[in-house]
Amino acid sequence: MMDLITSILTITLRAGTSLVYATIGETYTERAGILNLGLEGIMLMGAVSSFAVVYYSGSLALALLTAVAVGGLLSLIHAFLTVTMRANQVVSGLAITLFGTGFASFLGQRLGPASNGRYLVGLTGPRFAPVDPGALGRIPVLGAFLNQDLLTYGIYLLIPLAWFYLYRTRNGLWLRAVGENPRTADAMGVPVFRAKYIYTVLGGMLTALGGAHLSLAYTPGWSENITGGRGWIVIALVIFSMWNPARAITGALIFGGINAVQFRLQASGTNIPAGFLNMLPYIATIVVLVAITWWETLSKRIGAPASLGTSYMREDK
Amino acid sequence: MKNRWNLLWILLAAALIAGCAKKSEPAAVAAKAEPYKVAFVYIGPPGDLGWTHEHDQGRKAVEAEFGDKVKTVYIENVPEGPDATRIIRQYAQEGYDMIFATSFGYMDPMVEVAKEFPKVKFEHCSGYKTAENMSTYFGRIYQPRYLSGIVAGKMTKSNIIGYAAAFPIPEVVRGINAFTLGARSVNPKVQVRVVWTNTWYDPVKEREAAVALLDAGADIIAQHQDTVEPQKAAKERGKLSIGYDSDMRAFVGDTVLTSPVWNWGSYYKDTIGKAMAGTWTTHQYWEGLKAGVVRLADMSPLVPQDVKDLVKAAEQKILDGTWDVFYGPIKDNTGAVKVAAGAKMTDGEMLSFDWFVEGVVGKVK
Repeated sequence: MMDLITSILTITLRAGTSLVYATIGETYTERAGILNLGLEGIMLMGAVSSFAVVYYSGSLALALLTAVAVGGLLSLIHAFLTVTMRANQVVSGLAITLFGTGFASFLGQRLGPASNGRYLVGLTGPRFAPVDPGALGRIPVLGAFLNQDLLTYGIYLLIPLAWFYLYRTRNGLWLRAVGENPRTADAMGVPVFRAKYIYTVLGGMLTALGGAHLSLAYTPGWSENITGGRGWIVIALVIFSMWNPARAITGALIFGGINAVQFRLQASGTNIPAGFLNMLPYIATIVVLVAITWWETLSKRIGAPASLGTSYMREDK
Repeated sequence: MKNRWNLLWILLAAALIAGCAKKSEPAAVAAKAEPYKVAFVYIGPPGDLGWTHEHDQGRKAVEAEFGDKVKTVYIENVPEGPDATRIIRQYAQEGYDMIFATSFGYMDPMVEVAKEFPKVKFEHCSGYKTAENMSTYFGRIYQPRYLSGIVAGKMTKSNIIGYAAAFPIPEVVRGINAFTLGARSVNPKVQVRVVWTNTWYDPVKEREAAVALLDAGADIIAQHQDTVEPQKAAKERGKLSIGYDSDMRAFVGDTVLTSPVWNWGSYYKDTIGKAMAGTWTTHQYWEGLKAGVVRLADMSPLVPQDVKDLVKAAEQKILDGTWDVFYGPIKDNTGAVKVAAGAKMTDGEMLSFDWFVEGVVGKVK
């Protein structure tokens, strides 16, 4: 039994890692009042660019840097369109997803070596393999946390850091103020526009890292549409975790773990209604959405950014 | 002010969609006569290394065969439903002489458009509806699947084979059953465990399904989806696999023992040739190994000669027409006799498969 729990937890953490990066990234972006629906495209671009770099250079560090740069650049476009040009955030985000999805697929068919017909698909390169923790790895449950690749180790640091920054530092307070009421934040002396830019770009960088985890560690290599809609799941996860980085791990583990559990049950010959399990996280998301729409006090307690999705302009009354 | 910007972004997005979606091969230059124009509608990207990749290989074979007498175009990632109707209609309006649609869900859209354009020839892969100017085509992939089952049955040591499967529809069930019959024909102790992913194309989920099967004790992984991830997952764990759609050994390595593969080129060349010559008529094409539309890919060096001989012998029986995969006696996985000894399943029964043969662990739901 302990073995089964450990084995499920291991695969769950592995499957949830990319979701955690993107969820924390999007949480920060939305905390600044910016909704970024470009996640799916950014994850795909992060995945394809980092794999291409690791394939040719052999350097995993360089690959991660590339993903971060690509994610930052794409979300910078989103920030420019929505903060400076005050374009509709939904439309701009969707455009980035459409562009990212198409362009990633295009690059996957052009960046490969001539010997593979210019395709990146089907190639292998260096990857983040799970580290070997030695005897520690055989401890039940704890072993599941240790038998992971370095990017998963990264989330053990990222989650508490992201939480601490948001709730225990002045910059974090400013960030929450910007998303809650940019006008008041502005009056307080918070650089609202700069904050919106910074956290949108930061969010994109983390999202692209999530994509890179797929192509460098979890399913090493590039295949078209490698994310399989995970960018959209993240949008729901941010709501599910109520814009709190510490809760992002719960949501990501539930989403990541459902398949691990369900596939194991199927493989052992028991069939459970997979559709029902798959539905649960979405139901939870809808419940949270309904709750914060109905009860404003609850919405404030949860911390839903009040100005999410709206553009801020100084002269507006 | 704000509204104007909104409009601009919508236009920008629209332009992007249009720009990303459509790709065409450069038209043949300086053709003396007007080339015969053929369009292909794909469900996935040609870079999937699986289903769509093989159709695109077929399209390229057509170009190689007919040169500048034929002009082909394709459109990838077309969702089944209203989008498909729009795209098929658009090709018909643009004057394409022949249109191929390569996914089951394109059936009704194609029937609808076929009525409006009686002069255009339509061909739909894997469906059952036809019209005066619309045919269907598919392959008996279950035949090479049976052969790949023989390889897996001989090569497994744990006697547990994992099968990552897409959707519980007759096409997939037929494949699992053929594979299991093949495996058990040489090793009656074999169990085939099935995990449904409910995806055709999700690299991550398909890998997770394979990992769950490996954890359940499987030492060979077979699959019916469009990615190579289950095969890669097996390789990483030092286990073997059977590919599907295309020769996946080329992408994963020799741990892929063999793959049942499609070979659309011969069919496409034949039917387009007939259309150009004016001898094309409505047909329902469902051929197998004999016609060459499906085959078993070359085997990995890991497969010993005696196994190859067994496969060869079974293949010969199918080619001779003396025997086929779904000849009785066949029991289902509750032990009930479904096909009596001496009887054989009809095409209709095979096309509506909703039960597993003996040896499959899992349920059709």
